Amino acid sequence: MSEVVIEEQEAPTRGNLESQHEITAEIEDLQRQDERSGVHRTQSRLDFAPYRSSILRHPTKALEHADPEGIELWSPVFGTRDVDPLEADLTIQRGGEPIGERIRITGRVLDGDGRPVRGQLVEIWQANAAGRYIHKRDQHPAPIDPHFTGVGRTLTGDDGSYSFLTIKPGPYPWGNHRNAWRPAHVHFSLFGREFTQRMITQMYFPGDPLFALDPIYQSVTDPKARERLVASYDHDLSEHEFLLGYRWDIVLTGEHATRMEQESDHA
Amino acid sequence: MPESTTPYAAERGPVPTPGQTIGPFYHFALPYEGGEHLVAPGCPGAIRLHGFVTDGNGTGIQDSMLELWQADESGQVVQQPGSLTSDPGRFTGFGRTSTWRDGGYSFTTVVPGPTSQGAAPFIAMVVFARGLLNRLFTRVYLPDDAEALANDPFLSSLAEDRRSTLIATREADGVYRFDVRLQGDGETVFLQFPRHEV
Repeated sequence: MSEVVIEEQEAPTRGNLESQHEITAEIEDLQRQDERSGVHRTQSRLDFAPYRSSILRHPTKALEHADPEGIELWSPVFGTRDVDPLEADLTIQRGGEPIGERIRITGRVLDGDGRPVRGQLVEIWQANAAGRYIHKRDQHPAPIDPHFTGVGRTLTGDDGSYSFLTIKPGPYPWGNHRNAWRPAHVHFSLFGREFTQRMITQMYFPGDPLFALDPIYQSVTDPKARERLVASYDHDLSEHEFLLGYRWDIVLTGEHATRMEQESDHA
Repeated sequence: MPESTTPYAAERGPVPTPGQTIGPFYHFALPYEGGEHLVAPGCPGAIRLHGFVTDGNGTGIQDSMLELWQADESGQVVQQPGSLTSDPGRFTGFGRTSTWRDGGYSFTTVVPGPTSQGAAPFIAMVVFARGLLNRLFTRVYLPDDAEALANDPFLSSLAEDRRSTLIATREADGVYRFDVRLQGDGETVFLQFPRHEV
């Protein structure tokens, strides 16, 4: 397939960009469509044109129903060989304190039956306090923080819990439309006990004024479902003269395999 | 969307958190050294599984990430840590790679053995990309055992032109080609499992 063309990366300065007003109108149209048809999607809509990059990257044929078999009923196992406990602290990775609002993000990873997902890998990545990623394709002219990589990993505890010490990421501009800004977010990558539970998502911070404008956040067309992406501020998690605490629980899809330990597993 | 035809339909638990796009900036976080080599290249039984991830125009997607999950050659599912280490001798059955600038990718792995009676073995694959708002699951079947493929209940349930998108082509001894077409001509079959919503 030598005819494969190399795509040009979307650039923040591309011409002929739609206005926020036009994008917002498109978002509202699609959400009204879903509302009218009584579809309460709990997941992001794959076909969501206000997010321009999705136009050529969503399947147009219906997904094929499949019962999970064999390998799909299992998940890779990760352990202390894979993850250093220090990787859950994003404030100590580069020999100095990163600039920003120090926060803890903690919560539990549960499966679709409400059971904790134990000892499983959680990976996160995020922009720094100025809204800049350490990534060669991020050309946003905000400062790089030499003391911040924005990458963390951990294994969940017996109760499915995880905890990251980090700084609050900043919002940043992107090339989707004119004057487009992403709300501050942290990317999360998750595994369950079955490969069918694999997922990647984004966690947002409560009360962000950019929510209504963001086609990625709004691709979850149901308002109640959207709120599941937003952490809550938890003052009991905040630490005296040290950090602010956010709590965010993640629910994976339900398992298909019947396992022996499940009956006594509700926590 | 409600699914009512499966034995898993009785939902009592919490509602799953929405998935979101991986975005363009995951390269410094998720891929790890040796992630594309489930076994060391050149070791006995090693095969190369490669191809392109393309969009609705047939253009290669340069910021896609693929993961493989599979049994070993005897059909055993490995349940051992070590996937994220760079030990070339490990085989955990898990691999991860991001696509190159032209949308191409390549894994080194082994032919998976059978895990379910009466079903053709396959490699489970999950696809992430900027612009793709949630992950997509698919399966990579290898072409060599035509009888097993012909008798596989899932493959048999698919229309002929769709079925072929899940079967890698053999390019040479130990070299297989599997393209992931997110949209358009020859669009890859992606899976919806019970308890999942599109």
